[in-house]
Amino acid sequence: MQRKFVRYSIELDIMDEVKVIEIKKSVFADNDKAADELRKELKQKGVYLLNVMSSPGSGKTTTLIQTINRIKDQIRVAVMEADIDSDVDAVKIKEATGIPSIQLHTGGMCHLDAEMTRQGLDNVGLEDVDLVILENVGNLVCPAEFDTGSCRNVMILSVPEGDDKALKYPLMFSVCDVVLVNKTDVLPYFDFDMEKCSKNIHERNPQAKIIPISAKTGDGVDAFADWLLHEVMRWKA
Amino acid sequence: MHELGIVFYIIKDVKQVAEEHHVNHVSSVVMNIGEVSTIVPSYLTDCWRWAADKEELLKGCALEINLIPAVTWCDNCKKEYETVKFGKTCPHCNSNNTWLLRGNEVEINSIII
Repeated sequence: MQRKFVRYSIELDIMDEVKVIEIKKSVFADNDKAADELRKELKQKGVYLLNVMSSPGSGKTTTLIQTINRIKDQIRVAVMEADIDSDVDAVKIKEATGIPSIQLHTGGMCHLDAEMTRQGLDNVGLEDVDLVILENVGNLVCPAEFDTGSCRNVMILSVPEGDDKALKYPLMFSVCDVVLVNKTDVLPYFDFDMEKCSKNIHERNPQAKIIPISAKTGDGVDAFADWLLHEVMRWKA
Repeated sequence: MHELGIVFYIIKDVKQVAEEHHVNHVSSVVMNIGEVSTIVPSYLTDCWRWAADKEELLKGCALEINLIPAVTWCDNCKKEYETVKFGKTCPHCNSNNTWLLRGNEVEINSIII
């Protein structure tokens, strides 16, 4: 009994010097909240934000050019290109489609968060636009963790990357609404099994819509453009 | 680079809590990091050292990590199993009708003053 009392007093001494503040808060909580607020504001203003993610070199920019050229006469489109450095993508989009395109630099960061997205949107201006496409940093890990405030997430998976990608990056595939399987024109040269690929994706995300396309030949891009137009109309309704 | 971005988020949250509690130096930040959260603990502590020492509030402040083992729940046979060992497919019944129970945490547990 005596010993117990002694130990207790030592603990009290330590407690005097050391103070613990419980937080128990997800590191992503603030960003999730900012993203929800941004989405609400976009809904009020009737602006649809599409977040496009993929590995580097999967054909994001070419896919966007093909898609934008199919819808730009029907709705007002703007693009935000996010990269660690350079403005080659923004220039390419502007030259190939004629629509406004701005370049965001993430300052070495591997993803965009809701705050950075909002800053980009402030630069674009939300008054004269129906659809803003955000081309996220080429990366399959970090962009999946940070909600940008977008209405939908699209992920591009290219044939040379392999049909087992969904097994390796499950989070990315579970947060995307549409998977574009790009570069179908090179299918004959790769051991890429489209059926296996779909199965792998649907195991992680049964709701994911899968659209095979070739941004180079334009094959399948109509289906994606139709989906996107429909989505924008529904958001604005 | 992923871990550095996370570190900036942690610093922002800790600064806010410190301000609310009128604290001017923190000696330790305790994190709960899930085994499949895509965070590499050693990278996180390296990035932490670099970034935390730039802040008056966090000079020399340690980053302690509680690693949370990942556990998946099988909705088919109603059993749990180790995620890292077996992945998406349940080792008891082979079902893919499974979801992560824990192990995805990137959470600030507490700060020690």
